[in-house]
Amino acid sequence: MKSGKFWAWVVFALGAAYFFIPLIATVEFSMRMRRGEYSFDAYKVVLGDARFQATFGYSVLAAVFTIILGVLIVVPAAYWIRLRLPQLRPIVEFITLLPLVIPAIVIVFGYIRMYGSNSPLPFLATDTGTNALLVIGYATLALPYMYRAVDTGLRTIDVRTLTEAAQILGAGWGTIITRVILPNVLIAVLSGAFLTFAIVIGEFTMASLLNRPAFGPYLQNIGANRAYEPAALAIIAFAITWGCMSLIQILSRFAPRSANRPN
Amino acid sequence: MADPFLSIQHVRKSFGATTVVEDFNLDVERGEFVSFLGPSGCGKTTVLRMVAGFEEPSAGTIVVGGKDITRLKPNQRNVGMVFQAYALFPNLTVAQNIGFGLKVAGMPRADIDARVAEMLGIIKLPQMADRYPYQLSGGQQQRIALARAIAPKPKLLLLDEPLSALDAKVRVSLREEIRSIQKKLGITTIFVTHDQEEALSISDRIAVMYGGKAEQVGTPFEIYNRPATKFVANFVGTLNVLEGTVTDAAAGTVRVNSEQVSLKGKLNGSKSGDTLSLALRPEAISLGRQPGRDSSLSGEISEVHFLGSVIRVRVGIGGNMVSLDTFNSPATPPPAVGEKAEISFSSDDMLVLH
Repeated sequence: MKSGKFWAWVVFALGAAYFFIPLIATVEFSMRMRRGEYSFDAYKVVLGDARFQATFGYSVLAAVFTIILGVLIVVPAAYWIRLRLPQLRPIVEFITLLPLVIPAIVIVFGYIRMYGSNSPLPFLATDTGTNALLVIGYATLALPYMYRAVDTGLRTIDVRTLTEAAQILGAGWGTIITRVILPNVLIAVLSGAFLTFAIVIGEFTMASLLNRPAFGPYLQNIGANRAYEPAALAIIAFAITWGCMSLIQILSRFAPRSANRPN
Repeated sequence: MADPFLSIQHVRKSFGATTVVEDFNLDVERGEFVSFLGPSGCGKTTVLRMVAGFEEPSAGTIVVGGKDITRLKPNQRNVGMVFQAYALFPNLTVAQNIGFGLKVAGMPRADIDARVAEMLGIIKLPQMADRYPYQLSGGQQQRIALARAIAPKPKLLLLDEPLSALDAKVRVSLREEIRSIQKKLGITTIFVTHDQEEALSISDRIAVMYGGKAEQVGTPFEIYNRPATKFVANFVGTLNVLEGTVTDAAAGTVRVNSEQVSLKGKLNGSKSGDTLSLALRPEAISLGRQPGRDSSLSGEISEVHFLGSVIRVRVGIGGNMVSLDTFNSPATPPPAVGEKAEISFSSDDMLVLH
């Protein structure tokens, strides 16, 4: 028993070292901009850079639109599949996994061919159209995470009976989704939303090939031309992702609880 | 006779090639409490769901208060329903749950609050308004579900096995409470159950269902004492079934284990020599010859079960086994296994199963 515990700690320590040593090294390197002493100069340079602010703002906005689009598509779809078309679930699950198997570069080249200026749907003819296409692309990339998060949330409630209970009390579909289903899967939706946010903030391929001023291409550009700032940026991006994960954890404590699942 | 309040006429429901409800007919008077009783898969819940609008009948009509609701959506029917799994909205408090239907109907806030308070009073849980469903016991949740169903003053109340998830003690008290609230409000109610004791104790009438059909519709007294079919007789209550042979159809005599029993007027066209299934409830049989009992059979005691106030005795009569109940008396020891015994009964209590 004691020996098992010892080896468990050894494995844990090795895993933690594998994870934390590069992180600590990056932090340490990012603070060595000033010769001979540690400083936050690299962070000051990065945060003071107008391009950082512009690209970060752009990506945050894109993430917000991606989350809205994802919720509008995934919540009704996952709900309807659970309620009326359970036989389609394996097919839909397979479809939602495709973005993990098909590289983003393939998807974006497909978009460029499909939605070029000469196509019947010329998204790429205008900046707004290209931005919209980028958001659609991001929603596709985030689909596996958003769908799974929402579907897991739906699994914890009795979708069919709750729907019928609301229907018999006079509620229509809009009321059922907004006042019964969504509030009960809100934490799951938020989990999906934060995962989407984390993906969009760091995404490079789509934004770069669609030539959008997003945070991902900026990160790459800085990484290629500077020494200390990329390390500072990596730590900032890491902090954003961790912040999102922490929020998921905090919010999940406020999830509505059913009688069968009191804690 | 006035038109029935709820009229279910020639309703059929098929799922693909499987027909689960077949030519179901039932008229329910205003304020009546009718139970659908039957084993699992008999179609009772499907009929209820068709009345609620969750399933569309393959054929037939459902009329409530003179209005054909067969093709209406559930949210257009003004019907209240209580589900087996409570189905309270986990994200809403008790008060919000009860007020849900009223809010959907666009009732002003003050009126909703007043109605919710009234409902909480009716179900005797006035202090629970701000609790969430997960903070309540099963019995309390089901009472809230009942309050939520009746708060919008529905024309019809549907109860889909509302007590089956509860423990025995709560089940008994809640069924009495449901019945008392139903009587107080005078709301027409359909109650689905597979528990015969529940159905017998609280219903005005019972529809015993089997194989997608109503085998018999009648008062609990009629269902228990005058079952119309073999299935009803077997399903409701404990029944002793004896094989008998018609010896004289004109005189109405039947031979059971070499003894003659007179069943005049009950043989319904049976001919001499026909074999019949005859049924007797345990409480209609006495051990030994008793005054007022015109028939008797002889056998041997094969089992004695002491159940406290009652002793259940099983007597072997030829190839048949008959159960009977006698009251426990501290002065009289229970009969012993292997003793010869005579049982007596009134031939009026004997049922001929067709």
